[in-house]
Amino acid sequence: MLGYIVRRLLMVIPTLIGVAVAVFFLIRVMPGDPVVVKLRADGAAVTEETIQAERKRLGLDKPLMVQFTDYMIGLTRLDLGKSLWTGESVANEIAIRFPVTLQVAIMATLIAVLIAVPLGTLCAVYRDTWIDNLIRVLAVSGLAIPGFWLGMLIILALLYFFNWLPKIGYVSIFEDPVANLSALFWPALSVGYRYAAVVTRMMRSALLEVMREDYIRTARAKGVYESLVTRRHGLRNALLPVVTVVGLEFAFLIGGLVVTEQVFNLNGIGKLFVDATARGDFTLIQGLVLLIATVFVVVNLLVDLLYAALDPRIRLT
Amino acid sequence: MSFKSITVVAALGAVAVSMPALAQTPKKGGTLQFAVVAEPPTTDCHGTTTFAMVHPVAPQYSTLLKLTGPHDNIKVVGDLAESWEQSADGLTYTFKLRKGVKFHDGSDFTSADIKATYERIINPPEGVVSARKAVHSDIGEILTPDAHTVVFKMKQVNASMVLHFASPFNCVYSAAELAKDPTYPSKKVMGTGAFQFVEYVKGSHWVGKKFDGYFLKDRPYLDGFKAFFVKSEAVVLGMRGGQFDAEFRGRTPAERDQLVSTMGDQVTVQEGPWITNILLSFNTSKKPFDDERVRRALTLAIDRWGGSESLGKVTLIKGVSGVFRPGASWSLPVSELEKIPGFWRDANKSREEAKRLLKEAGVPNLKLKLLNRTIAQPFTPAGIYAIDQWRRIGVETEHVQVETKLWFDGMANGNFDVAVQNISDFADDPNAQFNTLLSTKASSIAYSRHTDTRIDDLYKKQSGTVDPVERMKIVNELERYTLEKAYNIPLLWYQRIVVNHKKVKGWELPPSHFAGQTLVDVWLDQ
Repeated sequence: MLGYIVRRLLMVIPTLIGVAVAVFFLIRVMPGDPVVVKLRADGAAVTEETIQAERKRLGLDKPLMVQFTDYMIGLTRLDLGKSLWTGESVANEIAIRFPVTLQVAIMATLIAVLIAVPLGTLCAVYRDTWIDNLIRVLAVSGLAIPGFWLGMLIILALLYFFNWLPKIGYVSIFEDPVANLSALFWPALSVGYRYAAVVTRMMRSALLEVMREDYIRTARAKGVYESLVTRRHGLRNALLPVVTVVGLEFAFLIGGLVVTEQVFNLNGIGKLFVDATARGDFTLIQGLVLLIATVFVVVNLLVDLLYAALDPRIRLT
Repeated sequence: MSFKSITVVAALGAVAVSMPALAQTPKKGGTLQFAVVAEPPTTDCHGTTTFAMVHPVAPQYSTLLKLTGPHDNIKVVGDLAESWEQSADGLTYTFKLRKGVKFHDGSDFTSADIKATYERIINPPEGVVSARKAVHSDIGEILTPDAHTVVFKMKQVNASMVLHFASPFNCVYSAAELAKDPTYPSKKVMGTGAFQFVEYVKGSHWVGKKFDGYFLKDRPYLDGFKAFFVKSEAVVLGMRGGQFDAEFRGRTPAERDQLVSTMGDQVTVQEGPWITNILLSFNTSKKPFDDERVRRALTLAIDRWGGSESLGKVTLIKGVSGVFRPGASWSLPVSELEKIPGFWRDANKSREEAKRLLKEAGVPNLKLKLLNRTIAQPFTPAGIYAIDQWRRIGVETEHVQVETKLWFDGMANGNFDVAVQNISDFADDPNAQFNTLLSTKASSIAYSRHTDTRIDDLYKKQSGTVDPVERMKIVNELERYTLEKAYNIPLLWYQRIVVNHKKVKGWELPPSHFAGQTLVDVWLDQ
């Protein structure tokens, strides 16, 4: 097992190098000058001389291959460079925002799993009854309603019924759990609903599939209680595809909370990504893409490990 | 609530804020919470041109002079300067500085700090970017005969210089700190302003607290301020939810109406002409836009007076004027403006003339591409309005809306027929307003690419004229000429609408979102 994990982690290195090289050149192929945006976007008459001075300060006057070499050398020291917009280290810019997005993603995942696993199971157990139909309607609604729109409805409802809005600004859960949860619960809920809908449908279909297997029939033939058959033999095996979906959705949320973060004024990775893209902040975009790639790779590894924990037949060698 | 009644409430609010606020005795204490709808790229005032820096940073700094007063009575007064005089030849400015002024680190402010600050702007050292270096290039020498006197010797007359001494971007820094590290303002916020820096969490908020050693002994009134960096769309809900009490850049008419209808008398509205306009620039290096008749036809086709009525209700643009903000002292009187093609009151007559000119120029069925930004307010409606107006004279327009980065790229490389852009500065200043309108030889941001040096010559002449009456004549002549040649044509001017909670007092609407943000006189009626 340990050897497997080490090998998988080592495989991350060429993957990330590939991502780093691709994103470095692809961003620079796009037309437009981030320095011009930075200095002239507000309508001010900044001279070409000043633009060149800023370009020089940021190292953008160097030949592309020199910039690339500097960047790759920096990566070997885990130095992601400095933001072209703020001049701050990219690692710092990300570190400020990452906890917010990570917490929302974790909370949304918890909400999704807590809702979806029981509901999906109920759907499968009571297939084609009114319970199944009702839950399926809720699930389809969850898929149809965009998370950001639900977020806007939540905000308007909070304002209308309670004349209250979650506080702007991030407070760590370790500092003030109440303030933290009261601010992050609502975005997590708005994202978690859609997430739960996806997982509910997956749970239902996986469990229905499993319940048709021979070993389930055998268990029933042996006289095992139906609830035990479902819980011990059905649910555990049906969780394998669900874990995959949960993992992928979680990884997606790290970079995919763009609009939800805007709606709830969250200072997260998605908002940073949008700002960096609009400004053409090359170095920050590179850092963010690497972060998201890393999250996907790590989450995939965790999903594989969870597979082995759930199904003893799977051996990680 | 109908639109009409909302407007009335808003108008009453606007009156309410200016009248009783002056009559009331300011109260001390409280923390002002306000929204900033963008984030500063740097905390160094000299290195950027954005309001996103000014709003959170300006309260911590002082400037040599400053702009004060509302949009209809804006004036230059001393900030760190107690008094100043200009020599008759316009080549020397002598400032007497306040005594007893302290920096936030407890050190004394002297003329050396002014000298170090302006030398940093004029000749930025390695690693420092001075965004406004060019507009200070007429300063030749800075002398400090004593600790409280500073003398600026000019290389040549620059009639706009006093305004630059009042620029909100010219924060005065500590000479001692600059000597240690010329980049300190981008790492540490330390000036002589009414507030001391406390905290800046990127992407989230900025906190400042009252500076007890501020040179005006009864100021500031506030204990502190907290600025939240939010998206513009979040301002209305944030104000309704009590998360902040003010946003000083400006709201759209729809947002104003929404706030007034939901918060009623809890908000006050201040409105006035903004020193920002929407300008349509013709690419004169491309045919047929090198033909004056075509450009004139395209400006004649636009009914600005009608546009003001309709667009003013739904967008940020409203004011009809030429090169200067409506109501600015430099503006041409309306009676004179109405005689210039494109500003005629009779839209039908204008359009007939426009059609005739296009026919005469050989392009009766002109097709063009309008390069625009993907910014909803007011770029998109401005572009749509121009397209609609041109359609009425048979011109077919393709609206090319792109991200700001690509828009700049298109303008810089000449990949456009007509471009929508905006001109914005902190003061009504001929040097600033005409800069974009100069020939390509004289300005690096002259996107229309014309080579008409008569504009450059008149520009230089007005900038070098000390006598304000004489300068005004030249400026008016330059404006008339520029509008008639129509290399660039103003569409409409922005209307600044600021909606704050009624408890925010002592803040008057300046004509620019860059000016008047030191918060020295702001207080909370609570």
